[in-house]
Amino acid sequence: MRQETLKRPRVGLFVTCLVDLFRPTVGFASVKLLEEAGCEVEVPMAQTCCGQPAYNSGDRDDTIAIARNTIETFEEFDYIVAPSGSCAGMLKKHYPALFKGGAWEERAAAFSAKVHELMSFLVDVMGMEAVSAAHEGSVTYHDSCSGLRELNIREQPRRLLGSVSGLKLKELKDADVCCGFGGTFCVKYPDISNKIVEEKAVNIKASGAETLLAGDLGCLMNMAGKLQRQGADIKVRHVAEVLAGMDDGPAIGGGGR
Amino acid sequence: MQITSPAFKANARGALADPHLQEALGHVRSGFIDKRQKAVDALPEFDALRDSARAIKDHTLAHLDLYLEAYEEKVKAAGGRVHWAETAEDARSLILDICRAAGARTVTKGKSMITEEIGLNEFFEKEGIRPVETDLGEYIIQLRGEHPSHIIAPAVHLTKNQVEADFRRAHHHLPPTRDLSEPASLLSEAREVLRAEYFAADVGITGANFLVAETGSSVIVTNEGNGDLTQILPRVHIVVASIEKIVPTLADTSQILRVLARSATGQDMSVYTTVSTGPRRPEDPDGPEEYHVVLLDNGRSSMLGTEFQDMLRCIRCGACMNHCPVYHAVGGHAYGWVYPGPMGAVLTPSLIGVDKSGHLPNASTFCGRCEAVCPMHIPLPKMMRHWREREFARGLNPATQRYGLKAWAFFARRPRLYRLAASFAIPALSAFGGAQRRFRYLPFAGGWTKHRDLPAPESRTFLQQWRNREADKQEART
Repeated sequence: MRQETLKRPRVGLFVTCLVDLFRPTVGFASVKLLEEAGCEVEVPMAQTCCGQPAYNSGDRDDTIAIARNTIETFEEFDYIVAPSGSCAGMLKKHYPALFKGGAWEERAAAFSAKVHELMSFLVDVMGMEAVSAAHEGSVTYHDSCSGLRELNIREQPRRLLGSVSGLKLKELKDADVCCGFGGTFCVKYPDISNKIVEEKAVNIKASGAETLLAGDLGCLMNMAGKLQRQGADIKVRHVAEVLAGMDDGPAIGGGGR
Repeated sequence: MQITSPAFKANARGALADPHLQEALGHVRSGFIDKRQKAVDALPEFDALRDSARAIKDHTLAHLDLYLEAYEEKVKAAGGRVHWAETAEDARSLILDICRAAGARTVTKGKSMITEEIGLNEFFEKEGIRPVETDLGEYIIQLRGEHPSHIIAPAVHLTKNQVEADFRRAHHHLPPTRDLSEPASLLSEAREVLRAEYFAADVGITGANFLVAETGSSVIVTNEGNGDLTQILPRVHIVVASIEKIVPTLADTSQILRVLARSATGQDMSVYTTVSTGPRRPEDPDGPEEYHVVLLDNGRSSMLGTEFQDMLRCIRCGACMNHCPVYHAVGGHAYGWVYPGPMGAVLTPSLIGVDKSGHLPNASTFCGRCEAVCPMHIPLPKMMRHWREREFARGLNPATQRYGLKAWAFFARRPRLYRLAASFAIPALSAFGGAQRRFRYLPFAGGWTKHRDLPAPESRTFLQQWRNREADKQEART
């Protein structure tokens, strides 16, 4: 009874453009997890991308225009949650810097204070300790750079994975080393990116896990693409898919058996 | 030295295809990182020391003119001389004048990146002076006619076997039976050769890790003791250093020393920390007759007060490159000038122009590991992004990149158009992906599909599906 009298936090899901375009399952998995955690989830239609491609290419004008749209669209919510450390890091850590000293400074700061990456929101803000999902098999987990180093996401996904029945986590050697994706880096410097992801693939295969998980779709598509080009029999999924029990469909790029 | 930074991509391809280099780079990945981590873990106050080191340098940079003048006064008081060099050319001619006045034919050198920056060895050779590098790594690459590929480990791009072959080629006195299979045996062989050079040298040149305003001293750290022999034995000692090496006091120096070696090699301290102040005094047992400091600006003062000022805190420990996935992949020479890795990606454009070195700040995944390990808290990715902003503003990046970016931004700025375009393109692309659910090749995605498959979109976009789902719910309610 008491539960009903408490107001459920209103969460605006920033689904990220890569999830929107390439992997809607991650969006639905995020909604399910957020609802399990007791949130009311809304998905504003006016969202596009966080602006990182422009921001990291030195195009500040387009970045600011995109950031304004995101802030306007999401500032009404109690929380803004994104299933990506990289995009959440952009919204949380870099938007305030964009508007520093300008008319939008306070507005951007107020917005950014409400932004969280999905795993960290579930565990650190909503206090989630376990999920109801089951996954028969072994997984390994790659720590994506922005989530790890900008938002301190390390223990949260591991804690939740630890509650998935049947799941065995095999730690990845050098899990905290970049996979070589780097946004536009991977197409600007494809040969270097390839060398980095080759090293990552060696470690992924050496982990012996059947499934590779991470919290950022860009990194996942990069690693999945490399593993599949090499013919490796390893499934690749966003960690939210497993935690939400939505891992019965085809894996990213259809890899693995 | 010749700048090859504009050919970064070609350099990188060459590096990736070089099996010796790739073998050598494996040691960077495994060696430096673990050693640093152990040293840091053993010192609970490491992070507090980093904060303090940053504060010392920030304070110094805010009053740089004051500390430089104070430093010069102290050097003079100790009997030395300070020579101000605005450019690399100024520095070279000042150094040459001192060497000529000393009648120098042979000059021994301690390890110094500043003398690399001003191209001193090539210049000396043209002027008929013989430079002899005394740091083992520098000695090796001098034998090979190369430049350092790392700021603290100049020959890190080489394997043991390559060095052994170089020694056998250059040291004609070596009997074939002499064992040179271990780094220690290579070191003692180099030492034997260098011992004579120390005594033959007329001038010794060292860099400086610190210049101390309080005392007018220069401080160097080495692991081989070669720096001491270089600066004590010849008649003339020249310190070549850049202006941001200044720190206010000896106490500040020792504070920063506590993070330097730990970040660099994982040692608590380097084996030798040598403080030198002026020429030999009557009561000193040894030391040079003349003590000169050539203070180089070479573009640094124009970084003050800009978004690149923080770069002047750098103490050249090399931790950023030791932890950089791009450096691990291609090594230091690919960067095409003196300073490689993340610190080079920020500093090089300041010193030689971003028009020549535009690739460097772009060739980063922004993984953030460099900033995470930097003992001076230098926000390297942020400054690389500042360079990218300048390149974008000046139209220096390739047209294909700019048009691609602009086309994408057109939609990203217009949510309705973004949704509309995606609602047509994504289902089509998904269908095109077929049962395989991925592409081995896709037009305009060659940068991606050259080395990896591209996962196909699942089906319709998330926003499309969500909107339909919400509409269905609405309908069910009414």
